[in-house]
Amino acid sequence: MSVAIKDDEIDIVIGAVRSDLTSFLNEWRPMFSRFHLIIVKDPDLKEELKIPEGFNLDVYEKPYMDRVVGSSTSVLFSGYACRYFGYLVSRKKYIISIDDDCLPARDPKGFVVDAVSHHITNLTTPATPFFFNTLYDPFAEGSDFVRGYPFSLRSGVKCALSCGLWLNLGDYDAPTQALKAKQRNSRYVDAVMTVPAGSLVPISGINIAFDREVLGPALVPALKLAGEGKFRWETMEDIWSGLCVKVVCDHLGLGVKTGLPYVWRTDRGDPIASLKKEWEGVKLMEEVVPFFQSVRLPREATTVEDCVVEVANAAKERLGSTDPVFARAAKAMLDWVNLWKSVGYISSSSSAV
Amino acid sequence: MATVSPTPLLKDELDIVIPTIRNLDFLEMWRPFFQPYHLIIVQDGDPSKTIKVPEGFDYELYNRNDINRVLGPKASCISFKDSACRCFGYMVSKKKYIYTIDDDCFVAKDPSGKDINALEQHIKNLLCPSTPFFFNTLYEPYRDGADFVRGYPFSLREGVPTAVSHGLWLNIPDYDAPTQLVKPLERNTRYVDAIMTIPKGTLFPMCGMNLAFNRELIGPAMYFGLMGDGQPIGRYDDMWAGWCTKVICDHLGLGVKTGLPYIWHSKASNPFVNLQKEYKGIYWQEELIPFFQSVTLPKDCTTVQKCYIEISKQVKAKLGKVDDYFNKLADAMVTWIEAWDELNPSPSGIKPAELPNGATK
Repeated sequence: MSVAIKDDEIDIVIGAVRSDLTSFLNEWRPMFSRFHLIIVKDPDLKEELKIPEGFNLDVYEKPYMDRVVGSSTSVLFSGYACRYFGYLVSRKKYIISIDDDCLPARDPKGFVVDAVSHHITNLTTPATPFFFNTLYDPFAEGSDFVRGYPFSLRSGVKCALSCGLWLNLGDYDAPTQALKAKQRNSRYVDAVMTVPAGSLVPISGINIAFDREVLGPALVPALKLAGEGKFRWETMEDIWSGLCVKVVCDHLGLGVKTGLPYVWRTDRGDPIASLKKEWEGVKLMEEVVPFFQSVRLPREATTVEDCVVEVANAAKERLGSTDPVFARAAKAMLDWVNLWKSVGYISSSSSAV
Repeated sequence: MATVSPTPLLKDELDIVIPTIRNLDFLEMWRPFFQPYHLIIVQDGDPSKTIKVPEGFDYELYNRNDINRVLGPKASCISFKDSACRCFGYMVSKKKYIYTIDDDCFVAKDPSGKDINALEQHIKNLLCPSTPFFFNTLYEPYRDGADFVRGYPFSLREGVPTAVSHGLWLNIPDYDAPTQLVKPLERNTRYVDAIMTIPKGTLFPMCGMNLAFNRELIGPAMYFGLMGDGQPIGRYDDMWAGWCTKVICDHLGLGVKTGLPYIWHSKASNPFVNLQKEYKGIYWQEELIPFFQSVTLPKDCTTVQKCYIEISKQVKAKLGKVDDYFNKLADAMVTWIEAWDELNPSPSGIKPAELPNGATK
């Protein structure tokens, strides 16, 4: 059912938080080698990147980032947020981004999951945010809309974001993983579904893909925790970014899907150590989620940039005094939109397509 | 957190409601799972026919004559010659929970080949909270092996009481007639190992084939409308109940889950017959969906009955002009609530929807 996509419409953006990408890239080689890769090195990473041969790629490191955006702005891209620099400089329509500690997963039949092609299928088949289909993705093979699904809603809307999942190390927060130290996600849920309009969701940045042309700067490198570090347990930047994207998508009539594909997330780090280092992020969600749930974008906000600016202003106004991290996030969002206008190049001024 | 204790049987707290016109042979396959429970059989169609119930089941059976006898003039709200009559079973039940299943639904197998105890899964779903305010990307967080993901606020992790558990079907999928006509051979073979809460504010098509609910929390909303003989529409009974139920659940802060368990749906109904029953529904639903999406219930609607009466008023006001059927339906909705309250008087001072949920996880 998917539209035929040319390989040169896709960039695979990898944020290198660790220096040795050899086994990561070699494991993904069958899936990645057709495409252009953008590898962005975490500006805080001191070691040289180790990258195996045979890929068509561009590597971006701190000196270049400083030149393009200015050294005061390149702080936006430290840690996991380095991948956003890749989103900024990409010139392709679709971006797929996977954490550098994730490997291809296997489905219950033992077949290797091609996360890239799954994401592309998700992005090129419609989303159905206005009414829940109980058989999940109606465009999947062997599926359809169920009885009672209004016909006028069956053509769906454009899917702008595809959120994949993770086997083995699930994306739990540190307290949860610390409490359930041995828990690993072994449940393969064979479904893709559209997250309904008006419903917010914590979007993990570990395994995502999006339509860059449509979403532009809607994914924002904004929320930087005081103790932010190099494990996902020490970050919430993607959660903030995802909430922003969902609010924008709901406003503009775009879809967000969640579910397949899975990646295999390798065991790494110690949740208790992470919790000791950075525990405030969990607390901040108590403010963040109600904030995003209450954001209302005005009708005049018809472009993604307008929407992001509205969210940023609302964040500054309503959360700015709660915690300085929010005032900084709001400012970062505005800086990001400006950056996008000057460097982002491909205009994303389309509203609902 | 993962619970190791077995799921309670709830055999004295749950009734199984089955509408039927043919026979109940299918119960043989369900015997290992259903035998401990009381059945309420609602006989659709010709009341002079005798429905044979397999030995060993404890049941009460109602045919049209019984319905007329019990409800008197209010029996007009119960559909004739349509499985929508099953909601009479909900009304006469005295139990806290209801499981309803169609007589062409059999025990399915999970991917490991094991028989699925659908009732046990529904009970699990109903006994553990729902999470309608924020979507969990790993679906049901209270399941073994799952939890809330990073970013999920801790203040929302207790969830809300679950009012409805909507199960699915392998083999013959629940498609409408046009889809059946275009894809007569399609079978649902995908076992999706998930249960999820349908977010607040989102509507869905509720299928009555494999459905369980907390009667104390939401019973009066489960009116399956006016369908079948003498009515211009059929096969929208469960849809109607589902839209009303979801709006009320959203208003009262109750949860609706969908997903597991699966049953095996064996019989494909005739698509041409279905088309005849459904066709008005297919274009009416274009009005119905925006209607339900925009229904707002005033704050003083604090019980299911009050919510339901309020919806019936809005149905009359806004849908009456779509077709006179909706005027009749609105009246029937009121009759249903009157009948419900007569058969289910609440203990003084306690409003039905505000009764505690009882056992939690």
